[in-house]
Amino acid sequence: MWGFLKRPVVVTADINLSLVALTGMGLLSRLWRLTYPRAVVFDEVYYGQYISFYMKQIFFLDDSGPPFGHMVLALGGYLGGFDGNFLWNRIGAEYSSNVPVWSLRLLPALAGALSVPMAYQIVLELHFSHCAAMGAALLMLIENALITQSRLMLLESVLIFFNLLAVLSYLKFFNCQKHSPFSLSWWFWLTLTGVACSCAVGIKYMGVFTYVLVLGVAAVHAWHLLGDQTLSNVCVFCHLLARAVALLVIPVVLYLLFFYVHLILVFRSGPHDQIMSSAFQASLEGGLARITQGQPLEVAFGSQVTLRNVFGKPVPCWLHSHQDTYPMIYENGRGSSHQQQVTCYPFKDVNNWWIVKDPRRHQLVVSSPPRPVRHGDMVQLVHGMTTRSLNTHDVAAPLSPHSQEVSCYIDYNISMPAQNLWRLEIVNRGSDTDVWKTILSEVRFVHVNTSAVLKLSRGYHGSTVWNVEEHRYGASQEQRERERELHSPAQVDVSRNLSFMARFSELQWRMLALRSDDSEHKYSSSPLEWVTLDTNIAYWLHPRTSAQIHLLGNIVIWVSGSLALAIYALLSLWYLLRRRRNVHDLPQDAWLRWVLAGALCAGGWAVNYLPFFLMEKTLFLYHYLPALTFQILLLPVVLQHISDHLCRSQLQRSIFSALVVAWYSSACHVSNTLRPLTYGDKSLSPHELKALRWKDSWDILIRKH
Amino acid sequence: MPPATGGGLAESELRPRRGRCGPQAARAAGRDVAAEAVARSPKRPAWGSRRFEAVGWWALLALVTLLSFATRFHRLDEPPHICWDETHFGKMGSYYINRTFFFDVHPPLGKMLIGLAGYLSGYDGTFLFQKPGDKYEHHSYMGMRGFCAFLGSWLVPFAYLTVLDLSKSLSAALLTAALLTFDTGCLTLSQYILLDPILMFFIMAAMLSMVKYNSCADRPFSAPWWFWLSLTGVSLAGALGVKFVGLFIILQVGLNTIADLWYLFGDLSLSLVTVGKHLTARVLCLIVLPLALYTATFAVHFMVLSKSGPGDGFFSSAFQARLSGNNLHNASIPEHLAYGSVITVKNLRMAIGYLHSHRHLYPEGIGARQQQVTTYLHKDYNNLWIIKKHNTNSDPLDPSFPVEFVRHGDIIRLEHKETSRNLHSHYHEAPMTRKHYQVTGYGINGTGDSNDFWRIEVVNRKFGNRIKVLRSRIRFIHLVTGCVLGSSGKVLPKWGWEQLEVTCTPYLKETLNSIWNVEDHINPKLPNISLDVLQPSFPEILLESHMVMIRGNSGLKPKDNEFTSKPWHWPINYQGLRFSGVNDTDFRVYLLGNPVVWWLNLLSIALYLLSGSIIAVAMQRGARLPAEVAGLSQVLLRGGGQVLLGWTLHYFPFFLMGRVLYFHHYFPAMLFSSMLTGILWDTLLRLCAWGLASWPLARGIHVAGILSLLLGTAYSFYLFHPLAYGMVGPLAQDPQSPMAGLRWLDSWDF
Repeated sequence: MWGFLKRPVVVTADINLSLVALTGMGLLSRLWRLTYPRAVVFDEVYYGQYISFYMKQIFFLDDSGPPFGHMVLALGGYLGGFDGNFLWNRIGAEYSSNVPVWSLRLLPALAGALSVPMAYQIVLELHFSHCAAMGAALLMLIENALITQSRLMLLESVLIFFNLLAVLSYLKFFNCQKHSPFSLSWWFWLTLTGVACSCAVGIKYMGVFTYVLVLGVAAVHAWHLLGDQTLSNVCVFCHLLARAVALLVIPVVLYLLFFYVHLILVFRSGPHDQIMSSAFQASLEGGLARITQGQPLEVAFGSQVTLRNVFGKPVPCWLHSHQDTYPMIYENGRGSSHQQQVTCYPFKDVNNWWIVKDPRRHQLVVSSPPRPVRHGDMVQLVHGMTTRSLNTHDVAAPLSPHSQEVSCYIDYNISMPAQNLWRLEIVNRGSDTDVWKTILSEVRFVHVNTSAVLKLSRGYHGSTVWNVEEHRYGASQEQRERERELHSPAQVDVSRNLSFMARFSELQWRMLALRSDDSEHKYSSSPLEWVTLDTNIAYWLHPRTSAQIHLLGNIVIWVSGSLALAIYALLSLWYLLRRRRNVHDLPQDAWLRWVLAGALCAGGWAVNYLPFFLMEKTLFLYHYLPALTFQILLLPVVLQHISDHLCRSQLQRSIFSALVVAWYSSACHVSNTLRPLTYGDKSLSPHELKALRWKDSWDILIRKH
Repeated sequence: MPPATGGGLAESELRPRRGRCGPQAARAAGRDVAAEAVARSPKRPAWGSRRFEAVGWWALLALVTLLSFATRFHRLDEPPHICWDETHFGKMGSYYINRTFFFDVHPPLGKMLIGLAGYLSGYDGTFLFQKPGDKYEHHSYMGMRGFCAFLGSWLVPFAYLTVLDLSKSLSAALLTAALLTFDTGCLTLSQYILLDPILMFFIMAAMLSMVKYNSCADRPFSAPWWFWLSLTGVSLAGALGVKFVGLFIILQVGLNTIADLWYLFGDLSLSLVTVGKHLTARVLCLIVLPLALYTATFAVHFMVLSKSGPGDGFFSSAFQARLSGNNLHNASIPEHLAYGSVITVKNLRMAIGYLHSHRHLYPEGIGARQQQVTTYLHKDYNNLWIIKKHNTNSDPLDPSFPVEFVRHGDIIRLEHKETSRNLHSHYHEAPMTRKHYQVTGYGINGTGDSNDFWRIEVVNRKFGNRIKVLRSRIRFIHLVTGCVLGSSGKVLPKWGWEQLEVTCTPYLKETLNSIWNVEDHINPKLPNISLDVLQPSFPEILLESHMVMIRGNSGLKPKDNEFTSKPWHWPINYQGLRFSGVNDTDFRVYLLGNPVVWWLNLLSIALYLLSGSIIAVAMQRGARLPAEVAGLSQVLLRGGGQVLLGWTLHYFPFFLMGRVLYFHHYFPAMLFSSMLTGILWDTLLRLCAWGLASWPLARGIHVAGILSLLLGTAYSFYLFHPLAYGMVGPLAQDPQSPMAGLRWLDSWDF
């Protein structure tokens, strides 16, 4: 029992010092003077507002990506004790003292720093040499664009981190597969692959590209597994099942989890409420929930309601009427009924109130007990402030002459009778006897005489559907009293909880459907300009001196990365053709290594770059950074391949190594030259700035005076 | 058309593509054919009845063709008025007959053929084709419709032969032919003056000849091999010449060719020289030949259309100088711009048009309420501007003043001739492009303010140079704000008459959007020079017309209130297109696929993916399949895969397109989908029959299955034929209607 005392306690640690050194250098390069500049830099102005929303737990909607990315940034704010009080309105604005700049920028910087040792690991796991792995990591270390992007409160470095993590853990898993399937580390790396993939997707939709790549490589490997007839059917099935769970189920569950946490975190109503449906808004604290609290659930004859168009685009609106009438003759010469206008109004207003009236009775109050309105009932809708009822007739509508005009009926005594009976149809009813419910029911009004449907003229199908948003039982007989009643705010409480899945699907759908108008931006660029680094983005300019931060890559690395890619493609084509004619230049294992490295690195570049040609949104240089990292991984692979297989003699090999060292030093030199633009720490003279403008298309800011 | 029988025995050979080709081959393989027939055919024809079989084979083909022609030509003359897009393509046919120049987003071959058909059938090109519903009256329209129906009728025999070649099974081919013959959608689309039957004809011809040359692969460089290879090339040129959708079939043939070459390259028994010959043959027939033909159609197009017409404005000034009747043709105008000249200013970017203004103001809430300035593609009086000095308002045309030329770097004013307002810009945001400044017409009778001053600059010139008409590329720089006059190319909403937006852009990037040239130039005080020097060369014309077409295509964006068809609607036959008539008194034609056929197709795709992956996994796991099953699964994987690829290529790219889409875009894909259905059901039924071989009636399963599918399709056609042949009477809700009870989806409007 006490046997362990008889032997000395020995801890053997295998520390790869180069890995430690790389991590250290990565941290140094990314974290050095992290709080400088203490001002809003470029897109921080965009992400910052969402961090503030998180800190204040206010609901928001952002179409740029799933919430996980914003949450990661907000975590930094939470750790730094940020209260969310900062007005994110202008690039260059000085941060006030309550903004914990260091901790806000910490997580992206850490992600950027850790990408350096990960590049080392990936190349090693691809079974290339230690030297090649060091090369990849050192290139990552000195790439100016990656440094700039990591040091700010932006998401690309986090995305790159998870991309690399997904690739790395898949490679670890794949290498485990050969000797110890179903071992603990096998499971660990497999699961981590799935987790990293879903995190990448959760940061930005762009992560999908890497996810697809990993899935594709996994599918090919699984297909080979299927062909391995030494394995039993059960064993193969287990393998496939494990992969399906880890690479398909886990990412989906995690993705839902991000939204779940998001919706738990932001539970207060905020400025983006209006885009969501009434039911969704009612599930938020404050806002609509405060107004609709305690309002009766069932709409009865005599109820006072506001009617909101369910799919109103681009902004939601409420059925509205006011004293003004349609002009007798329109500009184009058509006539109208000259009755009271009915519109859809995107703001809350007392004129949005309507009273549901039973056509057979005269009173406008709710009887006791209330008689609920059911599907198929005939109703009249009386405008609260003017007591005129909603009417439609065979007169062309003002803007859509093919549709009927909708008005509030005014009796001019001109043999144009009122046609104000509407049949209520509840679209999402459970049965035919369903009661019209506040907020929950989506209803359609079918005109009895003409069987036309009340419609908002923009859009297509959905716009015929309305729901009741605010609702109360009317109690005042007199018009005066009623007006006063309408002006007083509705009150009071039942929180109507939507299920998580309903809220998730609505939120996800709106995020995908939301189209921000793609305006051109001064620094927007096209994908073709990225490969050769023909463009840059000015991120920040010091308010007084000419110190400035640019997103500007190390041009030596960019160009040689693209060259390496071209060499890889040409060499692969050459080898493929030769193999087809049964000439094997490479030994089998070297060939397999070459193919796998290409599939992941060149493939990673392709999936992260080529889709941008199909996108119509505004694109920026930083969209290229994930593709660039894969290109950087490919570079040492190609270099080692040339040295191992294409250099015939020792002499050639030595010359080649010397060339590589010279090339790397030039990359370091360029990196160092561009350093003032990366860190923005040094104010350069106009002359020096002009000297840095190596391409005419680079936009480097020079103060005139 | 040589018979394509082939005994390419899927069972006995691993690669059906290396099957036999042509009648001789069939004879040579006669023994195999018979053995095959014995193995497959439930009827077991007697050995030696090959002649009889050949007759039967031809008879079946004739029957299929005849039925196809009969259905397509039945009631072709009804309705005797313009239906749907006939208004465009009929009109364009007339343009060819009248030789007036027009612009369309599609390449010219289809419309040229329509025009030719009309010309040959005695149509004189005088009908206006104004709007759908207009009666043809005495004008001869049957020639054009007949031509389209003729091409459309060939789709069925082509599909029949393709499937026969891919599956080597008569029943699969028959099923495919029945699906297409009895599909109301294909029928409707083939009966009118449209590009689609022509396009589909070429697509199917390319597919057929590709499949044929694949099956000739065992006799490379033989006459039939060359024939089919070059016929593939010709059909590809035809498909691309009708619509750019033809690119998809080109892609399919390209992929097939690459796979083919890859296979040949790996065959070590072939020398590299032979492989090189194969490569050269394909380059010649599939790249050079189609390109030459495609270019030739354009040459004919430009040769035929030599008169000025409605399409002039879409093209550059130099291009227009070729067209007789255009004011630039054989024209002579003053060479250098002088003050007082009346000019039109055209944007250098293609399909943007002329700087334009009119007596309408920008609406409330959009910048300042001043007169609109737009660009407009058509020639119009409102495109005329007078060039004036910025500081004087005296009439420079007064004969007492000397002529003063405008020079590079001068500060000028542009006065709109019709409304006498000055081109003006100021710090208000432009209507569509928020980051640019608004451009308006301002001032009364030419008196405005300093915001009307523009500096005129010639690109890449020194100061002081004169400005040449047509040749000089000029920019207008607003003096006060420093921005450049340009057009964003965005279409203004209704208030701007859907003309294009003009802005003043503060970003001084040099793009064609902000470069202009002077086109018309009137100045009585100056001597005229001839413009013949400007004639562009043919490659320039070709390039320009393609740029204009591509821009036109991507400019077809859905409008604000318009309902657009989504690609996912199509395979489920969600909604059709009204070809003619709305009310119950009208003669109504509704383009809608036969739902039985379409839903069967949809089911078949799912079933195919399922059975295909089962077979593929089984083979990868090394399962030993019996010879018969192995042969059938080869047919399913290779033949079916080829067709599935076609469906994928003709369907999924539409999901990526930003332009406005219509239901009829799905029809090429639908052809492939029907072929897949034919192959799939035949193979599945055969597999079924094989699996139940111990059961006495097993043989009957295949026959009964195919027969019931054939009859079911025919019956559904009987039910739905009024959609295509036209219906009069009450709408479908009414029990009296011919379509009563057949409106299975609410989204169908008939």
